[in-house]
Amino acid sequence: MGDILRNYDILGAFWVTIQLSVLSAVGALVIGTVIAVLRVSPVGILRTIGSLYVNLIRNTPLTLLMAFSILGMTFILGLQLDEQATRNAYWWAVIMLAVYHAAFVCEALRSGVNTIPAGQAEAARSIGLTFAQSMREVLLPQAFRGSIAPLGSVLIALIKNTTVAAVILGTAESAGLLAEITENEGASLPTFFIFALGFVILTLPIGIATTNLSRRLSVKR
Amino acid sequence: MKTNRIGLVAAAAVLALTASACGSDDGGSGGGDTGGGNGGGDSIKIGIKFDQPGLGLKQGNDYTGMDVDMAKYVAGELGYEEDAIEWVQAPSAQRENLISTGQVQLIFATYSITDERKEKVSFAGPYFVAGQDLLVRADDSSITGPDTLDGKKLCSVTGSTSAQKVKDQVPGVNLQEFGTYSECVAALVSNGVDALTTDDTILAGYASQPQYEGKLKVVGQTFSEERYGVGLKKDDTELCQQVTDAINKMIEDGSWQKAVDDNLGKAGYTPGAGNPPTPDACS
Repeated sequence: MGDILRNYDILGAFWVTIQLSVLSAVGALVIGTVIAVLRVSPVGILRTIGSLYVNLIRNTPLTLLMAFSILGMTFILGLQLDEQATRNAYWWAVIMLAVYHAAFVCEALRSGVNTIPAGQAEAARSIGLTFAQSMREVLLPQAFRGSIAPLGSVLIALIKNTTVAAVILGTAESAGLLAEITENEGASLPTFFIFALGFVILTLPIGIATTNLSRRLSVKR
Repeated sequence: MKTNRIGLVAAAAVLALTASACGSDDGGSGGGDTGGGNGGGDSIKIGIKFDQPGLGLKQGNDYTGMDVDMAKYVAGELGYEEDAIEWVQAPSAQRENLISTGQVQLIFATYSITDERKEKVSFAGPYFVAGQDLLVRADDSSITGPDTLDGKKLCSVTGSTSAQKVKDQVPGVNLQEFGTYSECVAALVSNGVDALTTDDTILAGYASQPQYEGKLKVVGQTFSEERYGVGLKKDDTELCQQVTDAINKMIEDGSWQKAVDDNLGKAGYTPGAGNPPTPDACS
């Protein structure tokens, strides 16, 4: 037990997990917001693009996306992001995590938009705001406040899903390191619990914080 | 009245669910006990790889590979007909647990004998000596061993012993790690990586697959020694002795050579130094 903590850089592996989580969470939030705006926009073709994205990406196995990013994008299409294979896999993992979770962010935001009474959107348009203005000033701020709890769930899922990156990233992040420790020391419950504990520490505060925030920030109607 | 009836139905459903759950539990552990307890009975459970071409591969209900052929021979010597063998999937990370919990009696799954593993299970054998090697495209003559890997792209499986060893031996290696070897082979064929490294038996197994025949070759410069043993319950000396005798007989009567040639020979692979091995004494 002590040996495992001494011989393997578990903190370093979790640091990579945190990096992957933060970078891809930011990416997922940006892409997801854009897609959500597309899906509620008044232009039919944009709405179709939005729903196509969500329906294609949502619950496509993440392992498949990861393998595709290296075997398909890097090796066949030649989209190499870095000379070093591990750095290349790192950036592709961030992109794929962001793309995958953007679909869920989009749906969480859209549910937030749907909690806003239709009269508000109509009122915004009738006082002369453009679609972009009514989105920015009226709808999205309320949508974000209304969808904090589901966004928190997406973030927690994202943190746990970073482990899937092990299929392309090697032993840099926590699930890959766990595979290496299992290979060298045999599968053992204590090792498993160290890594499980790591993820509890990362995800539990987010769950508590988003529940509190969603209660404090919810729009009173 | 109505709520009462609904409550009754719900209670009955819950009861039925728990009862059936208990039942299946009992069945499962009961079967495991009789299997693991005496090692006898009318069938034997053997752990193999299900996804390793040339070594242990499940296709429909057919099991093929060198490990499978060796397991069949040894089981035959222990008194089990072929149809009395129950094949169980033994992924690398679960092998010790499968043995210690009695879910299998023997494991033939590219199981290297190491001191760490000996603390948890016992080994009979080795029945084969493999070594870490490189698989390259058939027309590539620039890679001849680990010291020619500078500037080349290499592929292996996340966390595997082979990946760690190559990182130690070639510090600046450009290593792509995947979840399985199949992805590495696909990357190698599509020129994404230049070489794939792991045990030569596994490499030969992939190179012998019909779709890769003639496209890939094993370099043949092993730089480690992996002694494949038969995993069995810790300190079961009697079973260990029986298996060792069977391995000796298999090597003597030519079945060993046949199992190797049938499964790995197609890619022009010949077993490296130390083969056929002399099994260790059981203790």
